[in-house]
Amino acid sequence: MPPRIPIANGLAKCPTGIAGLDEITQGGIPRGRPTLICGGPGCGKTLFGIEFLVRGIDRYDEPGVFVAFEERPEELAQNVASLGFDLRKLQRQKKLFVEYIHVDRSTIDETGEYDLEALFLRLGDAIDTVGAKRVVLDTLETLFSAFANEAILRAELRRLFVWLKDRGVTAVITAERGDGTMTRQGLEEYVSDCVITLDHRLTEQVATRRLRVVKYRGTNHGTNEYPFLIDQDGIDVLPITSIGLTHEASTERVGSGIADLDQLLGGGLYRGSTLLISGTAGAGKSSFAAHLAKASCERGERCLYFAYEESPHQIARNMRSIGVDLSAFMKSGMLHCVAARPTTFGLEMHLATIHKAVREHAPGMVIVDPITNFFSIGPVNEVKAMLMRLVDFLKMQQVTAVFTSLTSGGKALEATEAGVSSIVDTWMLLRDIELNGERNRAMYVLKSRGSAHSNQIREFVLSRHGVRLIPPYLGLEGVLTGSARLAQEAKEAADASRRGSEIVRRRRDIDRRRKAIEAQVAALRAEIETESEELERLLADESARDQRMAADRNVMAGSRKSAVTPSAAVAGKRLSVRRATQ
Amino acid sequence: MTTRKRKTDDAMDQWTLRLYIAGQTPKSIAAIANLKKFCADYLDERYTIEIIDLKQDPKLARRDDIVAIPTLVRKLPVPVRKIIGDLSSTDRVLVGFDMRPRVIGGDGD
Repeated sequence: MPPRIPIANGLAKCPTGIAGLDEITQGGIPRGRPTLICGGPGCGKTLFGIEFLVRGIDRYDEPGVFVAFEERPEELAQNVASLGFDLRKLQRQKKLFVEYIHVDRSTIDETGEYDLEALFLRLGDAIDTVGAKRVVLDTLETLFSAFANEAILRAELRRLFVWLKDRGVTAVITAERGDGTMTRQGLEEYVSDCVITLDHRLTEQVATRRLRVVKYRGTNHGTNEYPFLIDQDGIDVLPITSIGLTHEASTERVGSGIADLDQLLGGGLYRGSTLLISGTAGAGKSSFAAHLAKASCERGERCLYFAYEESPHQIARNMRSIGVDLSAFMKSGMLHCVAARPTTFGLEMHLATIHKAVREHAPGMVIVDPITNFFSIGPVNEVKAMLMRLVDFLKMQQVTAVFTSLTSGGKALEATEAGVSSIVDTWMLLRDIELNGERNRAMYVLKSRGSAHSNQIREFVLSRHGVRLIPPYLGLEGVLTGSARLAQEAKEAADASRRGSEIVRRRRDIDRRRKAIEAQVAALRAEIETESEELERLLADESARDQRMAADRNVMAGSRKSAVTPSAAVAGKRLSVRRATQ
Repeated sequence: MTTRKRKTDDAMDQWTLRLYIAGQTPKSIAAIANLKKFCADYLDERYTIEIIDLKQDPKLARRDDIVAIPTLVRKLPVPVRKIIGDLSSTDRVLVGFDMRPRVIGGDGD
């Protein structure tokens, strides 16, 4: 998020370059004015000052003066060298001037009137030497132990702050925290523009650094305490509490890597949404998470995997056994694992670490496996608050989040995570179903904001090819899993096959009967044909006999020649008729 | 009388004094006058005074780590001592330069 430059109130700001601080203060500390940084010993005041100057030189081309009242320049350079700040180099380049002011009370006596004009002159010379725009005074209060006349000192300090303003330098003044007051010597009364406190607190044996902008005249600022880290890159303030519910809601869906699961969720997870996978030990939470991680990497989106139980190597090995090979993605950097025991840091620090990693790696997906381990390092309400801030932060970045949560066997699953579940968008439960002397895995989607999702309880198996959701058995016997489901399916298959063979048998029977009838019909037809053939033959025989008889009669008539046979008369008659018709 | 005796011992040494001022301010002028009076009264001729105006060269303030103005630095005899202020109280100067014993619980410490 680039620092916003306020225009409306006309207050010029000086970006500190300290990660996160410029966001909280909406652009930095007041330009050309002094800012008071107070805190106890070891809270990071000096480092704050150094980083303010170094960033000013590196990023904004603003040279600086560091006035060291406590540490010698050599010590100072050594102390910050581990953070990558090369003070000597900057001094050689005439970008930084380190003014060491040491007042040894034991060698000094006071008599009469004096002022601190020499301090002003030295400071002025230092500013002129490098053309400084930024000045750090670390820590002014040592002067109170150096001079006996407090009235003079206070007047001079008041003059110093006016003088710094007149010089137009942006000043950072560090001060020790007092007992019940912001600073031991009440410096806050001179610096009225901006006061920031740093804190290094120990809660439940875990130290957390916090920063708070107590006062910032003329500007809006977050008044909360913000955790900050001091690591190899310097100070890193995490403006996590400043997030409101203003994030955009994406309508884009991202796949889970398990096609059946996407179907259950109505097409996958919304980008930037939060998925909670909860389940008992060994329910397969990490396996689902691994699929999601792989799917993210395959889409070309980086994935950050915060493992609080296993080392990255162990995760890679275990997931390979279910056919999800993450090692290639780990090598290419697409998948970045951050493994730590939760008890290593406090809650704030975990949040801070996640925050920083997200900013560094710009992932599309963040997996926290499991979030339940946080409950061992903080009170429940604090853990919830921390997770809420994490969710808000990830939503702002449009990062899809996957949390796993271990539920203990005895309790009701829903009850244990009531608080966490309200901040997630999709809640998937993995549970074991114990039936018929075996334990089977089943999952269902308890809630999924903004999308239709299946109400089915689905059995799944962890195979060598990953998580596989088994098509649900939804028969008369209800939902069955494992061998019970297999038995039921086998029984149904047997029933079906029995029914099938019965039909075949009956069909054959009919066929046979049909054939028998057809045979009968054929026989009858054959009989009829035989009979009609007989008839034809008889008819033929008859006509043949007639002809023969006629012929015989003609022969006989011919031989007799005497009388006209009746048949001849008939024949004559016929001839006459034929003639008549012609 | 002890003071007198000590003074005779110190008289063996040459004093090197530096007075740091910043411009001709009333405090500076007073300091110069008071210093000259002190030297005349207690050091006879065995001293050298160097008056350094930091307005002319502020860098010189770093040499003796000067913060307050005016500051009188006794470089010699050792140990190096500093007295800040306009030197209006000669007694305090004597105490500051160990020419008079410090009073326990006194203002000087």
